[in-house]
Amino acid sequence: MIKTDILIIGAGPTGLFAVFEAGLLQLKCHLIDALPQAGGQCSEIYPKKPIYDIPGYPEVLAGDLVDNLMEQIKPFQPGFTLGERADTIEKLEDGTFIVTTNKGTEHHAPVVAIAGGLGSFEPRKPLLENLEKFEDNGIAYMIKEPEVYRGKKVLIAGGGDSALDWSIFLADVAKEVTLVHRRNEFRGALDSVEKVQQLKNEGKINLITPAEVVALKGEDHLEKVTVKDTGTSEERDIKVDNFIPLFGLSPKLGPIGDWGLEIEKNAIKVDNTYDYQTNIPGIYAIGDVNTYPGKLKLILCGFHEATLMCQSAYQKIFPDKKYVMKYTTVGGVTGFDGSKKEAPKAVVKSID
Amino acid sequence: MIKLQIGMSDIKIKIIDREGVSHEVDAPTDMNMNLMEVVRSYELAPEGTIGICGGMAMCASCQCYVQSDHELPEMSDDEEAMLSEAFNVKDNSRLGCQLHITEDLDGLQVELAPEEA
Repeated sequence: MIKTDILIIGAGPTGLFAVFEAGLLQLKCHLIDALPQAGGQCSEIYPKKPIYDIPGYPEVLAGDLVDNLMEQIKPFQPGFTLGERADTIEKLEDGTFIVTTNKGTEHHAPVVAIAGGLGSFEPRKPLLENLEKFEDNGIAYMIKEPEVYRGKKVLIAGGGDSALDWSIFLADVAKEVTLVHRRNEFRGALDSVEKVQQLKNEGKINLITPAEVVALKGEDHLEKVTVKDTGTSEERDIKVDNFIPLFGLSPKLGPIGDWGLEIEKNAIKVDNTYDYQTNIPGIYAIGDVNTYPGKLKLILCGFHEATLMCQSAYQKIFPDKKYVMKYTTVGGVTGFDGSKKEAPKAVVKSID
Repeated sequence: MIKLQIGMSDIKIKIIDREGVSHEVDAPTDMNMNLMEVVRSYELAPEGTIGICGGMAMCASCQCYVQSDHELPEMSDDEEAMLSEAFNVKDNSRLGCQLHITEDLDGLQVELAPEEA
């Protein structure tokens, strides 16, 4: 069981900055994120896009902002549970919480701060009949264990990097790899596109474009998919053992929506007059995931919300202590790792 | 009906929402808005189901079908790539976030594509 002071759900910019503000109050944080890396949307959707409204940065790439935040919070040694989605929450008698991920990892904390942004990123699923029936019976949206496909007939759909990269990888593993994409053009790293071209020429990848999968066939396990040529509208069945649609990820509020929190417009209602607490005491929501009158989904607003949340969390964890806010210019930053940053002391010395 | 602002620079746009209900709305040409933002400001689709990526052509939640024969700006590579991955795409599909509100679009008629499951 992972124990911490503030359990932060979501490792985007707001969640990361909360670690810093908590650290100034000597509170430890642990973050859970469904994505395999920290940074949330900034890393997943637009790492190379410049942001112009971070105070003090005339321009900063989203990916660089995440790198900087990671550097800023390093002294406070946050823990991370990445690649796992927070699934359930249980409130114990003493008012503390246990949050369990989809992989069964348990986290125990007196305060939970949901910084979930748009929700957890889930694979985008094609709209096909019987799709659910074949999930885990031939259809997968992520390749976790490539060896599963050894000697199998695999059909991949999609036109982005992951479709290209996995087609290349599986060309050496699977018995047969077919790549189906709606356009003739692929969008991915040039290397990958050229490699797929080469494998196609060598007959190691069967490329079908412009086309899309329109139907799934099979008894219990997937046996065939129907591929439609989007140019001629001709349809044909292809025998497959596995179908892997790789259409990217899209965010879903997900299980958090079932935690008994007050939800409005796909976001969690919080008390914006004070501390961004939800209707459940001890659970806060900060950043894009919350809503209140006048809410703006901006990173800079998330930073502010994270800061006030930490003050309230401190009072909740230490009800008898009185905290006086100290500027970092005065108090410096003392990390849990023993590091200390502070302004250089002025010299007081008389001049003869 | 909510009014965004009253001005000489408004154009009329007809938007058919995901339930099939038609809305004729005024859209300002001088507020640096795109079609996705117009849809959101009139709340013609629930928050969280449109404009998810914020307007960077990086999701397809603002996909719409353009039903009038207006001359539209060419698709950027980003928009084209996104629409090649999106679902429910038709020949007249565009991403609302990439359609800037200009006087040329007066009388535009669009239908919002279904929400992705």
